[in-house]
Amino acid sequence: MTGTGAPPSLRVSRLAYAYPDGTQALFGVDLTIRRGERVALLGPNGAGKTTLVMHLNGILTAGHGTVEVAGLPVRKDTLLEIRRRVGLVFQDPDDQLFMPTVRDDVAFGPANLGVRGDELDRRVRDALTRVGMLDVIDRPPHHLSFGQRRRVAVATVLAMEPEILVLDEPSSNLDPASRRELADILKNLDVTVLMVTHDLPYALELCERSLILSDGVIAADGPTRSLLADADLLAAHRLELPYGFAVPALQQ
Amino acid sequence: MSAGHHHRLYLPGDTPVHLLPPQCKLVAVAAFAVAVVATPRERLWAFAVHALLLTVVAAVARVPAGFILRRMVIEVPFVLFAVAIPIIGTGARTEVLGMSLSVPGMWAAWNILAKASLGVVASILLAATTEPRAMLLGAERLRLPPLLVQIASFMLRYMDVILDQMRRMRVARESRAFVARDLRQAPVLARSAGALFIRSYERGERVHLAMLSRGYTGEMPITRDLSASGRDWGMAAVLPCLAAATAVLSWSLT
Amino acid sequence: MHVPDGFFDLPVSVGAGAVAVAGLAVCLRGARRELDDRTAPMAGLVAAFIFAVQMLNFPVAAGTSGHLLGGALAAILVGPYTAVLCVSVVLLVQGFFFADGGLTALGVNITLMAMVTAIVGWGVFRLITRSAPGSRAVIVAASFVAALVSVPASALVFTLLFWIGGTAPIDVASVAAAMGGVHVLIGIGEGLITSLTVSSVLAVRPDLVYGARGLAKRLVLRTAEGFEAPLVAAPATGEAPVGRIRPLLIGGGLVAILLAGVVSFYASGSPDGLERVAADKGLNAHEEEHGLSDAPLADYGVKGIEDERLSVGLAGVAGVGITVLAGGAVFYTVRRRRRHRAAV
Ligand SMILES: Nc1ncnc2c1ncn2[C@@H]1O[C@H](COP(=O)(O)OP(=O)(O)OP(=O)(O)O)[C@@H](O)[C@H]1O
Ligand SMILES: [Mg+2]
Repeated sequence: MTGTGAPPSLRVSRLAYAYPDGTQALFGVDLTIRRGERVALLGPNGAGKTTLVMHLNGILTAGHGTVEVAGLPVRKDTLLEIRRRVGLVFQDPDDQLFMPTVRDDVAFGPANLGVRGDELDRRVRDALTRVGMLDVIDRPPHHLSFGQRRRVAVATVLAMEPEILVLDEPSSNLDPASRRELADILKNLDVTVLMVTHDLPYALELCERSLILSDGVIAADGPTRSLLADADLLAAHRLELPYGFAVPALQQ
Repeated sequence: MSAGHHHRLYLPGDTPVHLLPPQCKLVAVAAFAVAVVATPRERLWAFAVHALLLTVVAAVARVPAGFILRRMVIEVPFVLFAVAIPIIGTGARTEVLGMSLSVPGMWAAWNILAKASLGVVASILLAATTEPRAMLLGAERLRLPPLLVQIASFMLRYMDVILDQMRRMRVARESRAFVARDLRQAPVLARSAGALFIRSYERGERVHLAMLSRGYTGEMPITRDLSASGRDWGMAAVLPCLAAATAVLSWSLT
Repeated sequence: MHVPDGFFDLPVSVGAGAVAVAGLAVCLRGARRELDDRTAPMAGLVAAFIFAVQMLNFPVAAGTSGHLLGGALAAILVGPYTAVLCVSVVLLVQGFFFADGGLTALGVNITLMAMVTAIVGWGVFRLITRSAPGSRAVIVAASFVAALVSVPASALVFTLLFWIGGTAPIDVASVAAAMGGVHVLIGIGEGLITSLTVSSVLAVRPDLVYGARGLAKRLVLRTAEGFEAPLVAAPATGEAPVGRIRPLLIGGGLVAILLAGVVSFYASGSPDGLERVAADKGLNAHEEEHGLSDAPLADYGVKGIEDERLSVGLAGVAGVGITVLAGGAVFYTVRRRRRHRAAV
């Protein structure tokens, strides 16, 4: 799991960012994610999670501080390479799907990377098969249900075959079976994963490590198990385990 | 003046006209418009030929007459203007139904009405048989600067967003008994214009960010083959060539 | 104002087409500096927005309505070069997709509605913001004046083209009177829409207003414990370099001088009967396109040459005069308020 010597998948240091209207959302974020790790990013509404995630493939540019992806700094001239490496699934699938058909939408990313012809077709079908959406390939995305759109949104990113997968609340609005299937997809991928979520049991199931982002700074960083067992820490950052749920570690 | 914009412009179909590559159709329609404008206004028969040519195209493309007529509403402001020309025009006058009309004015009105209508119908047929997206790809193939094509494609993408938002805001305004009556209401309209702008931008911006995050660099990847064969060009050339022949004939036959 | 096929003769259409192509080529080069991958969709949005707002006809005087031309608004939001491209795209799309405006008249339409409005609008805007730079109020006021001036300017160029090669035998005086007079009023609507749009965009997303760039934001660093350390201002996009404004100002100035020349040539025709023509033609004439059965129309076209020249001059002078007065008033008020505030 550890690529000794190789640079970490993600390194963010002293990252601060203010939106153009003046709202400052990030106040100096530091984090490092090693190759192959699956990490959960937790935090209350408005903590800056989405804002942070948007910096990881250069959609927002740091107001201060730096972001490095596998040793490559995110800069204007490195953007295409950065976006080849980092796949980002947006919080709202409606923002992610914009082409007339599911097929065009899934093909959009790899086509931008220069993939054409049979290889493009293979990638599209492969990605849709993985999320179980192959049968809607010729339908317009806006006619799908929310959960189906979310799965297609994941497929659009999988088709780009990124090294690092960043997902912003992937499990929200999914029915339990879809939530499970998505977890299986993520577990079987051989890539670094950073997953924003409010779903603490999901984080516990998928990620050994978690970060808590609160008020634009990293407030805690450690094994998911021990973070979730710390009731005071959770309460301080408006995080709650679902009713009746107990961290398995405590029961053992 | 553009009150008649309907949003449904494209009539799906698989007629030979629909299947022609968009770049051929764009060139054909532009050339046809030039031929029409170059036809001298006194040759009434030539305009009849032009109209006949368009009728044939409409029939082949299976575009119903009602559709074309409805879309021709776009012309109304200039029809009004054209009707006014004989009344306010200068030059020799004649009595028609008790009104004193200017003779050159009537020729000018006819000239504008006939040429504008033929141009409008040609454009309507083009839009009815060509998907907007394909039209942009065609424009790109015709070496229209990519920046213009890019702006146009964003424009089409935003259009839905904006029209949708506009409809909602109009409903909201009118459900509160707002009617635009005179200039005093302009600030209300203007303020909703401002809100409209921000709302549409922020929606569109998120979509654009999603496109960027999937490697978009300003050009839509072309995954469809759009090249035109000599046969395509030949087919497309029929309309403008016949129109041009008519124009030339009308100049030479006196 | 969308000119259809057959309205102007072939030489004017072709000439305007050449002007439009040359103008677009210049703007394509200039726009590269104004646009990056973030602002290209902004240009698309501005185009779509102008298109959509053109459907909102605002009532002007009784029976007449006008719609946004949008060149000034676009220039302030995305910069002058990109603005010309935006409005041209609107016109191309209207011509090809919506059959609005003739295809052979595209050159005329682009010249009138994209180039003249954007160049005049931006020139006026920069003149005002440069002499009284800084605050939001100035930018909003400057937008109003810029948009207001851009419309009659465009109408005057229309009249000029009509005089050179209009196909309808209407005396240029009537056209000038109708266009000039009504378009000053339409200009007020344009000014309102433009300034309110710019002001609401400024309030929420100042970063989206090209004409208001250079507002730096201070960032703050914080630790998890809440200790705050202010940072120096983040690198700002910076003020538009002065060099690229000059050609536009000169271009705008030339257009203005040309117009003024034409107008004064006509205005010198005859000095009598000023008031009546102003009342009858300058301000009411446009109505006649709508209410055809009105009695005074019949003798409208048989007026002598003297009156024609007179009313062209009048329309021009009235238009320019009202515009300058309105603009001056706004400018003066803003200046005074600023000075007043500075003095307190
Ligand atoms: N486009 C924007 N313009 C201005 N402020 C914004 C914008 N987007 C977010 N913010 C602000 O930035 C802060 C962080 O927002 P962000 O979307 O990153 O939160 P989040 O952690 O993703 O929240 P959630 O769990 O609700 O998704 C919030 O205070 C929010 O109001
Ligand atoms: Mg979020």
